[in-house]
Amino acid sequence: MTANIPDPMLPQVYRVQRVRREIPDTFTMELEPADGSDIPPFATGQFNMLYVFGVGEIPISISGDPAKRKPLVHTTRAIGTVSKAMRELKSGDVIGVRGPFGSQWPIERALGKDVLIVAGGIGLAPLRSTMYQVIAEREKYNKVVLLYGARTPEDILYRREQERWRAHFGLEVYVTVDRATGAWHGSVGVVTKLVPRAPFDPFNTVALVCGPEIMMRFTAAELEKRGIAAEHIFVSMERNMKCAVGFCGHCQYGPNFVCRDGPVFQYSHVQSLLTKGEI
Amino acid sequence: METLEPILAAHPFFEGLEPKYMQLITGCASNVRFEAGTYIFREGEAASRFYIIRQGKVALETFAAQRGSITIETIEAGEVLGWSWLFPPYRWHFDARVVELTRAISLDGVCLRTKGEADHDLGYELVKRVAQILMQRLQATRLQLLDVYGVHTRGGL
Repeated sequence: MTANIPDPMLPQVYRVQRVRREIPDTFTMELEPADGSDIPPFATGQFNMLYVFGVGEIPISISGDPAKRKPLVHTTRAIGTVSKAMRELKSGDVIGVRGPFGSQWPIERALGKDVLIVAGGIGLAPLRSTMYQVIAEREKYNKVVLLYGARTPEDILYRREQERWRAHFGLEVYVTVDRATGAWHGSVGVVTKLVPRAPFDPFNTVALVCGPEIMMRFTAAELEKRGIAAEHIFVSMERNMKCAVGFCGHCQYGPNFVCRDGPVFQYSHVQSLLTKGEI
Repeated sequence: METLEPILAAHPFFEGLEPKYMQLITGCASNVRFEAGTYIFREGEAASRFYIIRQGKVALETFAAQRGSITIETIEAGEVLGWSWLFPPYRWHFDARVVELTRAISLDGVCLRTKGEADHDLGYELVKRVAQILMQRLQATRLQLLDVYGVHTRGGL
């Protein structure tokens, strides 16, 4: 007897329900299986391979609520051939989906501890699922702190949602931008500047960090300076994933395949690789 | 009467400083409060003080023609505002605009500079501490210059 597990290399047909512009160049797509079934369960931090038929396939992290059976939600930035074609999709169009793939944010390791989420730019997308999960299970954690950095006030992702999170009694949200005019009343400075004054206990915290690699490197260094052990810091790596199941080797990262062993890694496992120009 | 010494001593900027120096520094300190929208100092003015921010937010700004005021960074609770008091020509390099009601401890930089010249151990301690802030600001500025959220980053497929 053969188990009814979909072939991981065979895209399932999904239909676009909605494409929503978030900030310049960045959009969120809501998808549902074309056959009316539920989306496969996923863990926060995992990604799917999204296939724009006739154009190409790219990996995109899942940014929706893991507790919901529909829709499947992805946020990405339209800067390459495939993602630009994806942005042009309309409600009712079809798209191929393979996944979910990869490792997850180890949120279970934060039970009873402080949860520190540090995101930069579109790096908040892979962590939004975690935010949903943490909010749903709020009583399981001690402090929950989100530090978010963006390029300018106009580039703040999920702005309204962040305002709701900020208003949530059990969440501490701090936002900073790299540059601003006098009209912005929030913080200005890089996201690492938020670390020294963020309210968490460094000896009882699990930190989840996602953003450009260089931002994660500087952030992790700042977190270590504050006292969080490298074993309690997790980062989400991005590489050019093709097969997504560890066959093709496109996303090899030192001894790891990012698609199979990542994208979420314990910082101490990749720390030495982050400063290498070529691996 | 309660003095500012325990508050200053608890601040990272003064951490580990000998008690005799703490007493001296406290003598140069006073509590200040700035309303939102006011300026603590303006670019080009004489820099004679610096501030330990206890509460609030101050924007360091510069004015660019056709762009208006640009915020370089904000200085917030727990941080130190101003280092131009220690180095010639003792002029502020930016405007310091109060974004939110700010409570701070103001320190007389001229007084400290004079005492630091007279007692080089104190002078060295002050320079070391200000240099630490300069290093942090330089690192942050470098990261800002890298424009890490530009189009060359995450999601470029």
